[in-house]
Amino acid sequence: MTKKANIVIIGGGISGCSAAYNLAKKGVKGIVVLEKSYLSSGATGRCGAGVRMQWGTEMNCKLAKQSIEFYEQANEILDYKRNVDFKQGGYLLIASTDKEMEQFAKNVKLQNSLGIPSRLLTLREAKEIVPHLNTEGLTGAAYCGKDGFLNPFKTTDAYYLAAKRLGVEFMTHTEVVDIVVKGNKIKKVVTTSGDIHTETVINAAGGYSKPICDMVGVELPVYSERHQILVTEPVEPMQDPMVMSFSLNLYCQQAPEGTFIMGRGDASEPRDLRITSSWQFLDEMAKTITQVLPPLGNLRVIRQWSGLYNMTPDKQPIYGKVDEVDGFYLAVGFSGHGFMFGPLTGIILSEMILKEKPTIDVDMLGLDRFEKGNLILEPSVV
Amino acid sequence: MTNEENTIVCRCSDVTLKELRDLIAEGYTDYNEIKRLTRIGMGPCQGKTCTQIVLRELSMATGKKVSEIENQKNRPPVVGVKLKLISEEAQNND
Ligand SMILES: Cc1cc2nc3c(=O)[nH]c(=O)nc-3n(C[C@H](O)[C@H](O)[C@H](O)COP(=O)(O)OP(=O)(O)OC[C@H]3O[C@@H](n4cnc5c(N)ncnc54)[C@H](O)[C@@H]3O)c2cc1C
Repeated sequence: MTKKANIVIIGGGISGCSAAYNLAKKGVKGIVVLEKSYLSSGATGRCGAGVRMQWGTEMNCKLAKQSIEFYEQANEILDYKRNVDFKQGGYLLIASTDKEMEQFAKNVKLQNSLGIPSRLLTLREAKEIVPHLNTEGLTGAAYCGKDGFLNPFKTTDAYYLAAKRLGVEFMTHTEVVDIVVKGNKIKKVVTTSGDIHTETVINAAGGYSKPICDMVGVELPVYSERHQILVTEPVEPMQDPMVMSFSLNLYCQQAPEGTFIMGRGDASEPRDLRITSSWQFLDEMAKTITQVLPPLGNLRVIRQWSGLYNMTPDKQPIYGKVDEVDGFYLAVGFSGHGFMFGPLTGIILSEMILKEKPTIDVDMLGLDRFEKGNLILEPSVV
Repeated sequence: MTNEENTIVCRCSDVTLKELRDLIAEGYTDYNEIKRLTRIGMGPCQGKTCTQIVLRELSMATGKKVSEIENQKNRPPVVGVKLKLISEEAQNND
């Protein structure tokens, strides 16, 4: 089978679906989204479902703030008859050293200057918000009530349905195996369901962004790292915010269904695209969580899984064109926080492709920043 | 005729046969998509009863054999374990 498309989007996660919707909404016809498995099968459907405005770089703050403002109205804007289950229970970031508290103070100042309603808390104030928090060994906290939980499957589904209504074609169980380039122009995308002739491709392949770039000879300074996560049995509501610590490397929130979702980072995790689960994670997660939030020790773990973080050197995403190939666009390198940037990712990509005035100036997030060495490091990730 | 609205397919997540059939009619024929949209198979029983029912419904709708339909991955642990117990065990082994 051979077909033609105006724009081919590789990846049926939040980034690909949001890009498809935003382009179609602006009148672009002939958009095809290719997904090697089912929609949300990548990092999007494996993520911690957390969205927060509390970031440490201006770019991440702006992307998150505007995306969350969109999510507040996502059901209406995307005309979604199910519910994306947005629960703004806040994020409580806990510090365990004075140095970490100093970083929080800097972040809050930046966030407030951008209109983000975050604030520093004493441990007593933190305990008022999460009474079962064990404050032993902690130095303070930061909090923003606009942050919270959002259902990744349903949010992606909402974008998918809205895009489909606007004429976007979704091909699932279709893997891109090659991209043919002549000179510096894209000719076609080769898939397991046939060739698609096109001049424009968006790489929104998440953890597989690098293999896709290899197909067109573009070098990407990213790596994919496994991150593990688990969920407990559901219980009555007992914790409003996500509790997160960068120094203890953990996050934990109660979903609207009552289950607790928790995960942690670990620098020794494999970087070879593996998405298996390990007992080491379960052990370490159980030890830290029973220390920080003791009553959660009584909950049964019912499932653990993992997914890929696509990491960039400065932990900020890469958006936009590449020098080597015309019509090849990147929406990659989300470094563990691309679900919450979904709305802006789609808006930014559509503006770039249609050469419109940008909602946010993301020049700083182009691929060329790594050559130029203009890196502003995001300090606040798990 | 079964009463679809009163027939519970997934007891953990409280999903009715009607909800399942409506989704399939909307075009969701991937077990994994249905699981994620409804939470069928995501509760404490981890799909021990509902999976078979969903597969049978998908088989009827798509004409594929149950054995040909991609099913959910069995993810650890096999039965629910308290975090406290895991933590105590882990500390004993340190
Ligand atoms: C454990 C974990 C917890 C996380 N927690 C959070 C969180 O709380 N909040 C947050 O904002 N972010 C979180 N993230 C990060 C977030 O999940 C990702 O940044 C985001 O989902 C990226 O979306 P995406 O659409 O760019 O990529 P993905 O969702 O990975 O989508 C890419 C898609 O491309 C497909 N694909 C790849 N190669 C090909 C090919 N050759 N042909 C066709 N299709 C292909 C894949 O199958 C995949 O579905 C977490 C990630 C993990 C792993």
